[in-house]
Amino acid sequence: MTPAVIDDTTLYAVLAPFAAAVVAPFLTRWLKHNAAWPLALVPALIFAHFAGFIGPVSEGQTFVAAKAWAPSYVVNFSVYVDGLSTLFGLLISGIGTFIILYAGGYLKGHPQQGRFFSFLFLFMGAMLGLVLGNNLISLFIFWELTSITSFLLIGFDHLRAASRRAAIQALVVTGGGGLALLAGFILIIASTGEIEMSVLLSSPDIIKNSGLYLPIFLLVLGGAFTKSAQFPFHFWLPNAMEAPTPVSAYLHSATMVKAGVYMLMRMHPLLGDTELWTTVLPLFGGVTLLVGTILAVRQTDLKLMLAYTTVASLGLLVMLTGTSHEKALEGAVLYLLAHSLFKGALFMVAGTIDHEAGTRDITKLGGLRRAMPFTFAAGCLAGLSMAGLPPFIGFIAKEILYYGTSNIGDLGQLGVMITVVAVIGNALMLVIAAAVAIKPFFGPPVDTPKHAHEGPILLIAGPVLLSVTGIILGLIAHTTGVLFVGPTLSSLLGEFKQIDLHLIPTKFNAPVILSFITVGLGIALFTQIDKLRELIAAALKAIGWGPDKGFDQSISGIVSFAAWLTRLVQTGKMQTYMLLTFVFTAIAVLLPGFLTGSYPAMPKLPDYRFYEWGILLIAVLGLIAVLVARTRLTAIVSLGIQGFAVALIFMMFGAPDLSFTQFMVETLSVVILALVMTRLNLSPRDHRSLPARLVTGVVAVAVGLGLTLTLLAITQQPFDRTLSDFFTEFSRSIAHGRNIVNVILVDFRGFDTLGEIAVVVLAGLCVLALIRIRTRPDPETEPEPQSAQTAAKQTAEVR
Amino acid sequence: METGVAILIGLFFSVAVYLMLSKHLVRILLGIAILGNSVNMLIFTNGRLTREIPPLIPPHLYTPETLTANPLPQALVLTAIVISFSFFAFLLVLAFRAYQELETDEVNKMRVAEPENDQTPPQGY
Amino acid sequence: MRTVIFRTIAPYLAALMVLFSIFVLLRGHNEPGGGFIGGLIAASALAIYGIACGVASVRRAIVFHPMGISGFGLFIGALAGVLSFFKGQAFMTSQWLIFDFSGVEVALSTPLVFDIGVYLVVVGAIGSIALALEEREAD
Repeated sequence: MTPAVIDDTTLYAVLAPFAAAVVAPFLTRWLKHNAAWPLALVPALIFAHFAGFIGPVSEGQTFVAAKAWAPSYVVNFSVYVDGLSTLFGLLISGIGTFIILYAGGYLKGHPQQGRFFSFLFLFMGAMLGLVLGNNLISLFIFWELTSITSFLLIGFDHLRAASRRAAIQALVVTGGGGLALLAGFILIIASTGEIEMSVLLSSPDIIKNSGLYLPIFLLVLGGAFTKSAQFPFHFWLPNAMEAPTPVSAYLHSATMVKAGVYMLMRMHPLLGDTELWTTVLPLFGGVTLLVGTILAVRQTDLKLMLAYTTVASLGLLVMLTGTSHEKALEGAVLYLLAHSLFKGALFMVAGTIDHEAGTRDITKLGGLRRAMPFTFAAGCLAGLSMAGLPPFIGFIAKEILYYGTSNIGDLGQLGVMITVVAVIGNALMLVIAAAVAIKPFFGPPVDTPKHAHEGPILLIAGPVLLSVTGIILGLIAHTTGVLFVGPTLSSLLGEFKQIDLHLIPTKFNAPVILSFITVGLGIALFTQIDKLRELIAAALKAIGWGPDKGFDQSISGIVSFAAWLTRLVQTGKMQTYMLLTFVFTAIAVLLPGFLTGSYPAMPKLPDYRFYEWGILLIAVLGLIAVLVARTRLTAIVSLGIQGFAVALIFMMFGAPDLSFTQFMVETLSVVILALVMTRLNLSPRDHRSLPARLVTGVVAVAVGLGLTLTLLAITQQPFDRTLSDFFTEFSRSIAHGRNIVNVILVDFRGFDTLGEIAVVVLAGLCVLALIRIRTRPDPETEPEPQSAQTAAKQTAEVR
Repeated sequence: METGVAILIGLFFSVAVYLMLSKHLVRILLGIAILGNSVNMLIFTNGRLTREIPPLIPPHLYTPETLTANPLPQALVLTAIVISFSFFAFLLVLAFRAYQELETDEVNKMRVAEPENDQTPPQGY
Repeated sequence: MRTVIFRTIAPYLAALMVLFSIFVLLRGHNEPGGGFIGGLIAASALAIYGIACGVASVRRAIVFHPMGISGFGLFIGALAGVLSFFKGQAFMTSQWLIFDFSGVEVALSTPLVFDIGVYLVVVGAIGSIALALEEREAD
């Protein structure tokens, strides 16, 4: 079905967060943390706007809207609304609403809270632009914008080195992947001639048939895998937990890290269902799932455990998307929805515990259920959804994906492996869910660094509502299937699909058995979690190296290499620089003649008159005198002699204007040289060793020889007088001037002259400035300014 | 016609380069002054040489009677002379001030911008 | 340098040179000359006057700061190019006004204004450099 064109409201919906980003700091200065309430209206309204699309989209309609941005490059700011982008739009704005509220409570009283809101809104706008983007180039711009805002948010607490490191790491990894994605997009545009996603999607085989499928596939994968933290690029995501918790909950679980999955799903009709796709994606996704869950079990920090399970979940999503099997894709969509809800809620729960109890180490937490009843309820609901237990949406997701993976008949052994990996991954996921959502609340109360009590409404609203949504969507499974999962699946498959979801499995079949196995395995592992943790820690210690360490090594390697190279190239000796410059000049003028053998013909002795020979001789004598001058005065006078000889040469060949100018300039040169030199004890003599002089002599002769040969070769060619003839012919008839040189200067090429006199003015100003400027007083005797001192101290501390 | 001047220009360039490769400021300045002249003559000669007939149109005509010297390189070189003089003046003052501030006229001892034994950049974040 | 003869002659010499420079400037469009050469001659005049009678008297004589003169020259040079906008033509298209004073043609044109701008830029900038260096000579 061709997309219907809609009005610009959706475009403004994408831009609204950017406007909110401008307003947020001022509002926060005025209302303090309560600014969160009015600010949360922005994403809420956006949510309402996208909710309006649910109906038509579930009937298979799609929409586009566009505004010209850079028309000469065919770059438009355009949106494409279908099932997939509606789902993402709703998640981003819906969760965004709660995150804004949560941030209001979490950063209450923080001096930079306004800035934090601003960054969050910038990210929200970028993310909306990304998931709705229709034009590939503007999509890429929003993609990179999410990387940049993520960098700003991770590094929000920029005074800590760990924060800065995590921020740089995230930027380097995701930004680098973004460049790969850009290259992929450019290949797509070059090979298909299309730049709008909606047009590409209307002819799904266009890329597979283009012959550039492999490079496009790899480059798009490079972008998606880095953004969605797939192994071996997974390391940046746990480090990003340095960010304040609202950021972790929003960017690094619910939305931004799913951008890579979004890209894979969006590209599925164009790139998917090939042998390459169904081999590479499940492989990387499966490895990521296992690595993520295993590393998650090893952690004791609530946020880090959640972060590693996010990595695992992303792996699961990539693995399922990689099967290109309809049921498995359905499972992926359901899991995506479920994960965003429960993981967002769990992060906020973890943040609230950290905020109110003062620690997020699970070994130091326990018995919080009485002190924090609402947080406890939210944690439980979200945890159960994550564990994949009924009646939560997480359960349905797990059922469907098992159904999908166990039915991939044509994948054979790969299908079995995918199922096994999924079962192990989900069992470990259950372990983490239990550890995160249950352990801190049950058992005897433990003394925490802060006296634990329930958080304010701003902190509770988000997790409670998100986890409740998880259970509601599970209970109304059929409606969820029709409204959200079906349309999104249609986008993935490239054809309209309606699906029928049930909360309670209709038959006792393989998925149900697999679910029982998962739960049983999970509970068994949970009882042994401490042993498991020690085992994994020992194994990791044995390996001793990971991509995270590798990142540090490569960064410091780049810095050392740059320092080494700079020192090699920039010796700090001007003589070396000049010598190299002239050596290469000599090569440049001599080499072409040498390679092509096109030396100028042996010139005839010119028929100069005797006084003309005389002028040339004066010039030579002047030059030699400059070279051998022993006193300053001799040097200056000899310089004048060669200059005047040049003026005479100009006169000799019919250039009176040049000749006069040269005379004046030489006179003034001699005068100002004399003015400066008489005051300084500068020596004009050469104090270098003989070998040094020989080397420079050879270089100098080579440059001179090369230029003479070049000049001779040029002048032996026939001369094109077109331009000169034009000026000569029209000098009087058009420009009313008989001195052709002057007419060229002030009329034909007046614009050039304007630029040149501007240069003269600038040179005059620079000379004045140089003469007037005085050395600043010695910094050691002067007391250092306060700010500089503290800054230096801070730097020292950080190091 | 161009041969003699071409050889002279080569000589000018050689002397200029030789002087600019010295380590003393004064000789470098002299070299730069000569280099300006060499480049101007190079451009001038590239437009071919015509003896003694300036590119002027007689008052009673609209185009010159005979073939004149090429006006175009003359126009280019005319501004070049003035600009190279401005820059020569600038460099002269720069050298003069550098000598006053750094108390040396040897370029290799001027290490303000690129100090010897510069620190390695920090490896942390 | 400051001999009595030099100091006595220098003002007259400088005045003559300035006069000559204006002559060279104005005839530049038809005979050898023009703004660059004229400007250099005038700048040398300032330099000579400065060497003979001191920089202070030169600064008094020219009233304005030399860089001010230079900047003004650049300004009217650019202004001469803008005039063509009023006729809807491209930047720096030359405009001519030719008066007839009882048989003697006098031409006023934007290239002439531009050339005067060039002259002022060169006098100002080069004069300023020379005077600044002479001043250092004094202290």
